Amino acid sequence: MKLGPVTQFLMNDRAGKYLLSILLAVAVLVPLMNLTVPEGSALHVSTYTLTLLGKYLCYALLALAVDLIWGYCGILSLGHGAFFALGGYAMGMYLMRQIGERGVYGNPLLPDFMVFLNWQELPWYWSGFNNFFFAMVMVALVPGFLAFVFGWLAFRSRVTGVYLSIITQALTYALMLAFFRNDMGFGGNNGLTDFKDLLGFNLQSDSTRAVLFFSSAVALMLGYILCRSIVLSKLGRILISVRDAEARTRFLGYRVDKFKLFVFVVSSVLAGIAGALYVPQVGIINPGEFSPINSIEIIIWVAVGGRGTLYGAIVGAVLVNYAKTYFTAAFPELWLFFLGALFVISTLYLPRGVVGLAADLLEKRRSLGAGGGASVQAEPETPVESPQAAVADDSKSSKESEIELSTN
Amino acid sequence: MKKYTKNIGVGFTALALSIGASLVQAADTIKVGVLHSLSGTMAISETTLKDTVLMLIDEQNKKGGLLGKKLEPVVVDPASNWPLFAEKARELLEKDKVDVVFGCWTSVSRKSVLPVFEELNGLLFYPVQYEGEESSKNVFYTGAAPNQQAIPAVDYLMNEVGVKRWVLAGTDYVYPRTTNKILEAYLKAKGVAAKDIMINYTPFGHSDWQSIVSDIKKFGSAGAKTAVVSTINGDANVPFYKELANQGISAEDIPVVAFSVGEEELSGLDTKPLVGHLAAWNYFMSVDSDVNTDFIDSWKAFIKDSKRVTNDPMEAHFIGFNMWAEAVKKAGTTDVDKVSNAIIGVTVPNLSGGYATMMPNHHITKPVLIGEIQEDGQFETVWQTAGAVMGDAWSDYLEGSKDITADWTAPLVCGNYNVKTGKCSGQNY
Amino acid sequence: MRMSSVWLTRLLHVTAVIFILTVNTLLFARNVMAAVPDSELLTPLAELKSANFSKKEQVVTDLSNLDDDRVIPILSGMLEGDLYYSKNAADVFVVLSSIESGYQAFNVMTAESTPDISKRDYKKISVNNSLRRLLRETLASLQLRSSNLDTRIEAARAMMKSDDEGNIKPLRQALQKEQNETVLHLLAVSEAMLVARHGESQERVAAIGKLKGELYPEVRSLLAGFLIQRNGEFQEPDADVRQAAADVLESIEDLVAFNKGIENVYFGISLGAVLLLAAVGLSITFGVMGVINMAHGEMIMLGAYTTYVIQQLMPNYIDYSLFVAIPAAFLVSGAVGVVIERGVIRHLYGRPLETLLATFGISLILQQAVRTIFSPLNQSVTTPAWMSGSLEINGALSLTYNRLYIILFSLVVLFTLALLLRKTLFGLQMRAVTQNRRMASSMGIRTGWLDALTFGLGSGIAGIAGVALSQLTNVGPNLGQAYIIDSFMVVVFGGVGNLVGTFVGAMSLGIANKLMEPFAGAVLAKILVLVVIILFIQKYPRGLFALKGRAAED
Repeated sequence: MKLGPVTQFLMNDRAGKYLLSILLAVAVLVPLMNLTVPEGSALHVSTYTLTLLGKYLCYALLALAVDLIWGYCGILSLGHGAFFALGGYAMGMYLMRQIGERGVYGNPLLPDFMVFLNWQELPWYWSGFNNFFFAMVMVALVPGFLAFVFGWLAFRSRVTGVYLSIITQALTYALMLAFFRNDMGFGGNNGLTDFKDLLGFNLQSDSTRAVLFFSSAVALMLGYILCRSIVLSKLGRILISVRDAEARTRFLGYRVDKFKLFVFVVSSVLAGIAGALYVPQVGIINPGEFSPINSIEIIIWVAVGGRGTLYGAIVGAVLVNYAKTYFTAAFPELWLFFLGALFVISTLYLPRGVVGLAADLLEKRRSLGAGGGASVQAEPETPVESPQAAVADDSKSSKESEIELSTN
Repeated sequence: MKKYTKNIGVGFTALALSIGASLVQAADTIKVGVLHSLSGTMAISETTLKDTVLMLIDEQNKKGGLLGKKLEPVVVDPASNWPLFAEKARELLEKDKVDVVFGCWTSVSRKSVLPVFEELNGLLFYPVQYEGEESSKNVFYTGAAPNQQAIPAVDYLMNEVGVKRWVLAGTDYVYPRTTNKILEAYLKAKGVAAKDIMINYTPFGHSDWQSIVSDIKKFGSAGAKTAVVSTINGDANVPFYKELANQGISAEDIPVVAFSVGEEELSGLDTKPLVGHLAAWNYFMSVDSDVNTDFIDSWKAFIKDSKRVTNDPMEAHFIGFNMWAEAVKKAGTTDVDKVSNAIIGVTVPNLSGGYATMMPNHHITKPVLIGEIQEDGQFETVWQTAGAVMGDAWSDYLEGSKDITADWTAPLVCGNYNVKTGKCSGQNY
Repeated sequence: MRMSSVWLTRLLHVTAVIFILTVNTLLFARNVMAAVPDSELLTPLAELKSANFSKKEQVVTDLSNLDDDRVIPILSGMLEGDLYYSKNAADVFVVLSSIESGYQAFNVMTAESTPDISKRDYKKISVNNSLRRLLRETLASLQLRSSNLDTRIEAARAMMKSDDEGNIKPLRQALQKEQNETVLHLLAVSEAMLVARHGESQERVAAIGKLKGELYPEVRSLLAGFLIQRNGEFQEPDADVRQAAADVLESIEDLVAFNKGIENVYFGISLGAVLLLAAVGLSITFGVMGVINMAHGEMIMLGAYTTYVIQQLMPNYIDYSLFVAIPAAFLVSGAVGVVIERGVIRHLYGRPLETLLATFGISLILQQAVRTIFSPLNQSVTTPAWMSGSLEINGALSLTYNRLYIILFSLVVLFTLALLLRKTLFGLQMRAVTQNRRMASSMGIRTGWLDALTFGLGSGIAGIAGVALSQLTNVGPNLGQAYIIDSFMVVVFGGVGNLVGTFVGAMSLGIANKLMEPFAGAVLAKILVLVVIILFIQKYPRGLFALKGRAAED
C-alpha cells in the first residue's frame, strides 16, 4: 500500500483524524446549511452563527500557532496578538483600497479617514495594497519579518522564560500605542472599517461569507497538518528537547536559537494568516487587537484546551469563545466572574486542559472495560507528563537557587 | 404646524389599521435591544445608559406599552470590544430579532456595527456627541454634532470671555482629531493666527499631565487671554484637572471648556479644584424645568440611589426613545422602513424645557448650554444659544465635507450627497 | 541667592499655609468692630440674592469700599462659594462650613457661629469666573495689611494679577508699612507691573526695568503683551516701552528655559516615583517568588478603593485620612494577597507561566467584584489640603506638593522594605526560603506560611501604592490595568529580585520618558522607551542589575 507522508502520520493521530474530519464536515456542511436550507427549517444555520463560527475558526488557527511555540518549544509569547493584528491590518489595507470611489467622500485614492483629516496623498506604505496578491504576500511577510527580527535578537542573546514573555508583551503594547496614533496613517483608534468587497465579491452577501468560512476552515486544516508535520519531524523532536531542557540541547551541539527562530517565524505567519481571514468576516480591524490582554487571552485558550497537543488549542479556542459569547448575552453582569473562575480552575485542576481531562476519562473507562493493560496506547502523541513534570521540578530548584535578594 | 396635524391624522389612520393587524399577529412583545458595554473600559460610561433605557422601557410599559404590546428589553454586553460590538449587533438583529437598538458610545463601536445595521436593516439610536461626518439610513444620531457643541463653545469664549489664544487639547482618536480640525479652520476663519493655536494629543487614559500642563501654563503667559478647549476623553480628565489645580492654574486664569466632562464624570472627582471650569452640553442636570425634575426623580427611584446624577447622553436616550415611540405610534408598526420614514419631523419635549425635532439628516435639534462647574459637581448655566441648533452631519469647515449634505426624505434620500458632483456616494443599502 | 532665601522662608511656612483659611475666619471673629451701620452692609448684601452677575460685581466693589471688618469674611466666603442666605429670615447671611456633625453657620453680621444647622434652610449665592476674579483681587487689596504674614504673602502675590490702576495706591501704602522682605519684594513687583501698565511713558520704562529677572508668569505675560502685533500693528504704541519690555523679556527667557529644564527632571523623578511605587510590590511577588502576578494591578486598585472607603468613613478628617488609609490599604491588599497565595498560587510553584493564567483570572474576578460592589463609575477621592498646590521656588519653577510627597513616600517605602528584608528575622527567613526551600524547611522554617506572608507583603505594598495613586488618577475598576505593564517593565529592566535595580529602573524610565516628551510627544516617548527596553533586554537579558555567577544561568 502506498501512503503519502500526510496520510502516514494521520494514521497515527487518532485525535487529529477526528478533528480533521469534523473540520471538513463543518467546512462543507455549515455553509451549505446556511445557503440552501430555508430559514424556517431546524437545520438552517443563520448568518449570525456562520460568522460567529468563522470567527472561532480564525481564533482556533491563532491558538494553534501559539500552541506550536508554547506547547512544543516552551516559548510563551504574550505578544502573538500583534502578529494576528498585523496580518489583519495587511488584509484591511487591501480591503480599504478596494473601496475606491465608493467611500463617503468619493475620493478614488484616499480612504475616508485620510480625507477628513486632510491628508493630501497616500503614504508610501499604502502603495501596492490595491493588489490582492501583494497584500496576501504582506499578510505573511509583515508578521514573519517582525518575528524574524525580534526572534533573531531575542533568541541569540538567550532571552528566555518570563523575560521573553514580558518583552513580547512590551512589543505588542508598543505596537498598540503606535497604531492608536492617528499620525501613523492606519485610522487611529477607529482602525479600518466600512469594507465593501473582496476580489470583487460583496462582503455582505451570504455566499461570500460562506466562501470565507470555508477558507477559514481549510486554512485551519492546513495549519493543523503543517504544525503536525513540524512536530513529528526530526525538527519537532529537537523543539521538544529545547522545551524540556534547553541547555542540555545546546550542549548536544544543536543551534537552539536557529530552531526557535524558525518555529517562531512559522507561528507568526500562521497568526498573520488567521488575522487576514478574521478581518473580512468581522468587518473591522483596529488597534484594540494589539492590546496585551488579547494576547493573554490567546494563551488562555490554549491552556484551557490543553497545551502541547495542537488539537487541544483548537478545542480551547472554540470552547472559551463560545463561553464568552454565551455568557456576555446570558449573564452580561456576571460573565467576568465565570471567565475568571474558568481560568483559575483550569490552571489548578486541569493542567493538561480539557482534552487532557477527556483523555483521562477515556482511559479510565477503557481500563475498566479491558482490565487495564492497553491504556498506554490511548494518546500516543500527548507529551508524556512525567518527564515534563520532572523538568518543571528541575527548573524550580534552579529557579530557587538563582533567586537571591539583594538590596545593595 | 399644519403639516404635523396632517401627519398625525395619517398616523391615526395607520394606527387604527395596525391595531387590527397586530391583533392578528398575536399579542407578542416589541423587543428593544440594548447594546452598551457592561464590562471593560467603557462600562464606566455605558452602564448608566443601559439603565436609562431599561427605565424608559419600564415607564413605557407602565403606560401600557406600544401598539398594545409590552416592550421587552434584550440586554447584551459587548464588553468594550469593538469586533464584539458587531457580533452582538448581529445577534440582536438576527437571533433576537429586536425592533430597535439603543446603544454604542465610542465612534469606533458605531463604525463597527454600522455595516451590520445597514445589511440587516436594523434601527440604531446613538446617544453620544460625536465628530459628525456620517449619516446612515439606519442610524439616528441623538447626541450633538460638532456644530451643536464645539463651535458655540468657542463662540462663547471668543465673544464673552475675550479669549485670544487657544489650546486645543485632546485624546488621540477620531472625535478630538475631527473636532479640532473643524475648530482650527473655524478659528482661522475668525482671524486667529496659527501661532495663537496650540494643538496637543495624548493617548487614552493618559495619567501623567505634568509636562503638558506646564506647557499650557507657558503658552498662557504670552500676554493674551488663553483658554483650553478640551476633547480629552473620560478617564484622562481626572489627572488632567488635578494637575491643573496643583500647578496653580485656576479657571479665572486659563479656563478649560470640556466636551466630554459631564455630571457623571464629575461625580467621580474631587470637584473643589475644578470650580469655574466650563463644559458645553445640550443638557445639564441643573436645568430648571418640570420635565427635568420628573426625569431626575424617576431616575433616582429607578436606580434606587438618591445620589446618582443625570447627564447629557441620558437625555439623548430620553429624546431618542420618545421619538422612536412616537414614530412607532405614527407608523402603527415597528417595521424599520416605516418607522424611519415616520420619525422624520417628529417633535418631542427635551429635558431643558424645549423641544427636539428629528431632522431629515437623522440628527436632531438641540439647545447649546455652557455651564461652569460648581463645587457640588453640578453645572451652573452661564450662557445658552437663543434657540435650538440643528445638527449638521457634514461640517462646513472641513475640506472634504463642505459640499456634502444629508437628506433622507424624497427626492434626495441620501446620507451623503455631493452638491457639486450631484452624486450620492458611500451607501451600503 | 535672594531667591533661595525666598523659598526657604516659603518652605518654613508651607505647613502654616494650609491652615490660613480656617485661621482667617477665627481671626475675624475675634475683633468685630463694626465701623458702619448694619444697614449699609445689608442693602448691598440683599442685592446678592439676585442672579445677575454684573450687579453682583457692583456689590462687591461697593462692599470693598466700606471700612468694616465684616467685609473680608463676606467676600472670602463668597469666593469659596460658602456664602448663603436664609430662605426663611430676611437679613440673615451666613458662611457655611462643614463640621464633624454636619454644617455650621457663621453669621456674617453678628459673627456668631451656630453649629448643626440644616443646609436646606439656606440658599447659596452663586458666583462665576469673572466675579471670582474680581473677588480674589478685591480681597487681596483688602488683605495687603493683614496681621498674618501668610495672608499678606498670598495677597501680595495675588495682586500681580490685578489690572486695576486704583490698586497702585494701596500697594504703595503697604510698601511703606511692610517689614517682611518676601512681602516687600512681591509688593514691589506688583506695583511695578501696575505702573508699567498705567504710568507715564518714562515711569513705565523705569518700572519695566525693575522687573528684570522676575520669572513670574504674570510678569512674562505682561511684557509679552506689550509686544503683540495685530495685523502688522503693535498693540502698544510707545516704542520705548516696547524696547524695554523686549530687553527684559529676553533676559527672563534664558532663566525660564533653565528652570524649565530643572522642572522637566522633577517631572521625570516624580513619574519615576509613581513607577517605583507600582513596581516595588511586584519586585517581591515576581522578583523574589517568581510568580507572574497579573493581579498585581488589582492589588493597587484595592488600595485605592480602601482610601475611598476610609474617606467615606471619616468625611470630616480628610486631612488625616491618608494616614489611616496607608495601613488599612496594606492590610486589605495584603490579606487578599495571602488568600490568593493560599488558595491558588501555592499549587502552582515552579510553574511560573501558569501563575500568569491563574492570576489573570483572579484579576478579572477582582475587577468585576469592584464593579459589582462600588458600581463601574469612578469614585471620588478627595485630595487633602496639605497635598494641594505647589511649592513655588521661583516664578518659573514650582514643585507640586502631591508629587513631592509621593517622591518622599516612595523612598520611605523602598527604604523600609529594604530594612525589613535585610535586618529582620522575617526578612532572613524569607531569603532563606527563596534561596533553598528544603534547607530552610529543615532548619524549622514554616515555608508555606512564609510564602503566604511574602506574597501578602508584596500585595500589601501594592495596596500602599494604590493610596498614593488615588491622589493622582482615577479610582475605578480599570486603575490596575493602567500600571501592570509599566510595573513589569520596571522590574525586568532593573533586574529581577533586586530592589536597587527596581529603584534605578523606575527612575531612569521616568526621567527618560519625560526628557523625550518635549521633543517626541507623550505617545512617541512612551513607544521609544518600550523599544529601548526591548533592545536593552536583548543585550542584557537579566536586566540592569543582574545577579552574577552560575546561579543566574537558567
